[in-house]
Amino acid sequence: MNGSAILTATLVIALIGLLIGLLLGAAGKIFAVKTNEAITKVRECLPGNNCGGCGYAGCDALAEAIVKGEAKTNACPVGGAAAAKAISAALGLPEEDFVRKAAYVKCSGSCDKTQFIYNYQGANSCYQVSLAPGRGAKACAYGCLGEGSCAQACSFDAIHILNGRAVVSKEDCHGCGKCVSVCPQHLIELIPYDTKYMVRCFSQEKGKKVRDMCSAGCIGCGLCAKLCPQSAITLSNNIAHIDTSLCTGCGKCAEKCPAKVILPA
Amino acid sequence: MNLILVIITAALVDNVVLSQFYGLCPFLGVSKQVKTAAGMGAAIVFVVTVSSAICSLLYNLVLVRLDLTYLKTIVFIIVIAALVQLVEMVLKKVSRGLYVALGVYLPLITTNCCVLGTVLTNVQKEYDFLTSVATGLGASFGFTLSIVLMAGIREKLAHNDVIKSFQGMPVVLLSACLMAIAFYGFKSLV
Repeated sequence: MNGSAILTATLVIALIGLLIGLLLGAAGKIFAVKTNEAITKVRECLPGNNCGGCGYAGCDALAEAIVKGEAKTNACPVGGAAAAKAISAALGLPEEDFVRKAAYVKCSGSCDKTQFIYNYQGANSCYQVSLAPGRGAKACAYGCLGEGSCAQACSFDAIHILNGRAVVSKEDCHGCGKCVSVCPQHLIELIPYDTKYMVRCFSQEKGKKVRDMCSAGCIGCGLCAKLCPQSAITLSNNIAHIDTSLCTGCGKCAEKCPAKVILPA
Repeated sequence: MNLILVIITAALVDNVVLSQFYGLCPFLGVSKQVKTAAGMGAAIVFVVTVSSAICSLLYNLVLVRLDLTYLKTIVFIIVIAALVQLVEMVLKKVSRGLYVALGVYLPLITTNCCVLGTVLTNVQKEYDFLTSVATGLGASFGFTLSIVLMAGIREKLAHNDVIKSFQGMPVVLLSACLMAIAFYGFKSLV
């Protein structure tokens, strides 16, 4: 080994690095851009996941939009009430109410409840499965395909496939809505966090066919719609739907549902 | 006269993108609009030309004399990275819109093989200082030319009814292939 060669090599590289560093430092001073302090402040209040749940390209873009007044201070679904409050305080704007939302998968068809019509072997993505005959191996063409594209899309590890069905962990869900757009079955809906009851089925088949395919499907009998004192439940396309803004959570529908498909959300 | 020939050779005959296949990442990534493509081209012209000059000087005056030529890749990458930083600062100050439009591709010039490729070829072929600068200028103009042409084609493509299976990248790559074949015609120019 040649000691002096190592030394010169180190010195040369160090010197070049130092020189370039100094020049860049000077250039940084000359070309310094004054960033809007308000934008920096708002950006610090945001969580920084860059998930795009707000509809903007990322946290930086949202911060800019909020300062410009294009977006409301409660626009970040992930930061929630805390972020909305902090941003309002930073900008001196009146506080906006924040409704925390969570994703909800409208299917109860786990492996033990749904019939399978064949054995699917192929690519592990919900979109691919949805192209297979009969929209996947499950007899029900509306249900969760269970390949977990939503779980992959989730930045917060809040969705998991349990027994062939996507299950949202409500506590971990930040309501960014990424899973909603990847589900080829359009099964996932963002609902207010404190929703009491939801219909955990999306099948639009007639009652008898639903019964044949899945022991946990809405048969569209309409009993819940008749019972609801708030008229919050409507029946269309053989599926009951609860309007979360009207529901008081009395639970009468869940009690009487013959298919036991109205469940606490 | 000789230098003009060098520039033409670097720009058309040995076009970095279409005959050497360097720098395909920004070529496909930033070629959606002519305006951003031209901005990217301008950034590349600056970085490649100046890094050709600095690297040629550094190599001949420092590395060769101290017998440290094996360090050339590291030194060149430091120089290129610093220049990209400089371009980023200037762009952020001068044209915020272009800065946002170029997005991630701007810092990616650092690792763009069309920059390092040109600089390393200069050294490998033992070009002197002026020839190196001319090659750098020519190569980067060649890059700008091809990316702007590509962006023009893509702007027109956007209004065309492309078969579904060819929509998006496939049709873009096919156009790039045809452009490469067309540039092959320059082979006998010099």
